Amino acid sequence: MAPPQRGLRKMAVRSIAWLQAGPMTLVFALFFLLPLVLVVIVSVWDYNEYEMIPAFSFRGYTDTFEGCVAGLPELCTILKTYLKTLKLCLLTWGLTLLIGFWVAYFLAFHVRSKTWQIVLSLLCTIPFWTSNVIRMIAWIPLLGRNGLVNQGLIGAGFVNQPVEWLLFSEFSVVLALVHLFTFFMVVPIFNSMIRIDKRLIEAAYDAGASGWQTLVNIIIPLAKPGIVIGSIFVITIVMGDFVTIGVMGGQQIASAGKIIESRLSALQFPAAAANAVILLGITVLIISALTRIVDVRKEL
Amino acid sequence: MTDRSKTTSISRRSLLKGAAGVAGLAGSGTLLSAPYVHAADPKVLRYLGTAVNEGDEISKKCLADTGIKIEYITATTDDVTKRVITQPNSFDVLDTEYFSLKKLVPSGNIFALDAKKIKEFDNITPVFTKGELPSGKKIGGQGTAPWKVLYLEGANSKTFSATPTDFITLIPTVYNADTLGIRPDLIKRPINSWAELLNPEFKGKAAILNIPSIGIMDAALVVEATGQYKYADKGNMTKAEIDLTMKVLTEAKKAGQFRAFWKDFNESVNLMASGETVIQSMWSPAVTKVRSMGIACTFQPLKEGYRSWASGFCVSKAVAGGPKLDWAYEFVNWYLSGWAGAYLNRQGYYSAVLSTAKANMTEDEWGYWMDGKPAKADIKGPDGTLMEKAGAVRDGGSYEDRMGGVVCWNAVMDENDYMVRKWNEFIAA
Repeated sequence: MAPPQRGLRKMAVRSIAWLQAGPMTLVFALFFLLPLVLVVIVSVWDYNEYEMIPAFSFRGYTDTFEGCVAGLPELCTILKTYLKTLKLCLLTWGLTLLIGFWVAYFLAFHVRSKTWQIVLSLLCTIPFWTSNVIRMIAWIPLLGRNGLVNQGLIGAGFVNQPVEWLLFSEFSVVLALVHLFTFFMVVPIFNSMIRIDKRLIEAAYDAGASGWQTLVNIIIPLAKPGIVIGSIFVITIVMGDFVTIGVMGGQQIASAGKIIESRLSALQFPAAAANAVILLGITVLIISALTRIVDVRKEL
Repeated sequence: MTDRSKTTSISRRSLLKGAAGVAGLAGSGTLLSAPYVHAADPKVLRYLGTAVNEGDEISKKCLADTGIKIEYITATTDDVTKRVITQPNSFDVLDTEYFSLKKLVPSGNIFALDAKKIKEFDNITPVFTKGELPSGKKIGGQGTAPWKVLYLEGANSKTFSATPTDFITLIPTVYNADTLGIRPDLIKRPINSWAELLNPEFKGKAAILNIPSIGIMDAALVVEATGQYKYADKGNMTKAEIDLTMKVLTEAKKAGQFRAFWKDFNESVNLMASGETVIQSMWSPAVTKVRSMGIACTFQPLKEGYRSWASGFCVSKAVAGGPKLDWAYEFVNWYLSGWAGAYLNRQGYYSAVLSTAKANMTEDEWGYWMDGKPAKADIKGPDGTLMEKAGAVRDGGSYEDRMGGVVCWNAVMDENDYMVRKWNEFIAA
């Protein structure tokens, strides 16, 4: 009579596993999957000035890609907007990675004491003590036409006219984004660096590897999960951002998020949902490409 | 509009002063002098609106006079509209603009108010009821002019009536005429036309608002001012007209005309105060704000005229049949009875019932704000802050001159959907 008993135990084990996973599954289904499904459904509804009409229609999508084929070789709005968003995203990603990597490197390998590591990484969080919007707006008196930077440049005799591209430009957008999101790179990279066995580095050193070789062959590969996680943070945030790009770009630079926002403002929910689905699709593509490079689950 | 001025802070002293003033004026209206007995069950109205008229002082005064407690729910114009359509049970009284009605009324969530129950209805300025000034002068009616959407055909109708009926969509409370704001100290020459907004002389120093339905009308005023095109109705363009207007804007944008676009009150103040822009679409209280910072700023009258807006109260269908409907009528009647009107006039807006507001203002205040006369004494805002020194004259002059100069009203076009897409294209250009 042993086999049925073993079967029972197996079932018990399995149901406990389900129970353990249950709450999270429920939360995930309720607050992530369900809204997502609703967005996809609404995106294929029709709409007018004041209501959504539950009738199947691709209008949200066709309107979005309006003039894309007819307007060639000139790029249509949606493509132009996505190219611009991708460009800002790429620049921000590159810069936050560069800065974030070296900050994490410094914290992990140059700061010896645990206390100082904690103190310094807490120091990195200081910008997050005030709101996002305030941190953005703080740049304006600095970079403006009559701002401190321009006053300094003119005072020092470097330029005669105020430099205009400092504010309300792609430069100021990227600057603000890097300022806001570098921390999201520092933390995961630091987290994976600190777990690198120091003996590996010593071994590389003993084997005669140069600093550069150690970095490229040991530290970067082992910090990869952190790099990928940080990149996912930064890319998903920047792809969906419309506030920072709006404020720092003087509302003159389009972004994928901005299109969704202006559709929502005009009460065109299905069109907004269609744009959200497109944005989600593109972001998922980028993320899955990144996870192809590194199997995050395996590395953790 | 989205987030106009908000003067909610108030010092105890100015409140006492205001209370004393009101006590002196008691008797000018029956509502003001009626003693209020605190009932056991508090009368509460949930008031959904933008921050424009949501002053603490107004709600305090209303509670003192009528016993109605106002609970403010603040949102941007867009969010107010969204909420009316998706959650009509989440508010009782709605403070919104006339152009929103084209979206709100078809949703069936708005209760038609009975004109007979509004005490001052017949005293409401003819600007709203007939499209003319008290003097009989006709004013411009392009766009969603209030008198086109003021009346409904019947109590449960979703169709606007062109002729007066007793079924009112939105009881007017406040309105103003918008124009360009300029920095006279940085421009140093007279400005008198909308065409100056796109004058290359101000390259990189101009701004426009990034609210498509309003921004495109300012652009249309520019197009007409430069003589390129004359619209049949700037507030209701055809697709071809939208294309033309956006082309003009896009060319200007590509040539670097604009420093930025703005979406809320504070952004417009910052742009102007910091000198990033010297000429831009602006709202009157934003100009006042810049000026109160000690920076020269003019709400410039232009020869082509003003673009006007107006807002008022309507009631959610959810209150129909309950006691809240009576309170809502009581609240609207109180609002039109003068104290609130004077308060709005002192902010630089105009009140819907002029006679009651006048009774609540001093002669000098009325002369400055409404008659375009030089102020005899210092002009103070509703919160007691100094707005203008004695001798100042209001930009644009009297009520007659300003409202008489209105050529079009904020609007929702029939081609709104197309327009929003084109606006997105313009931003992406």
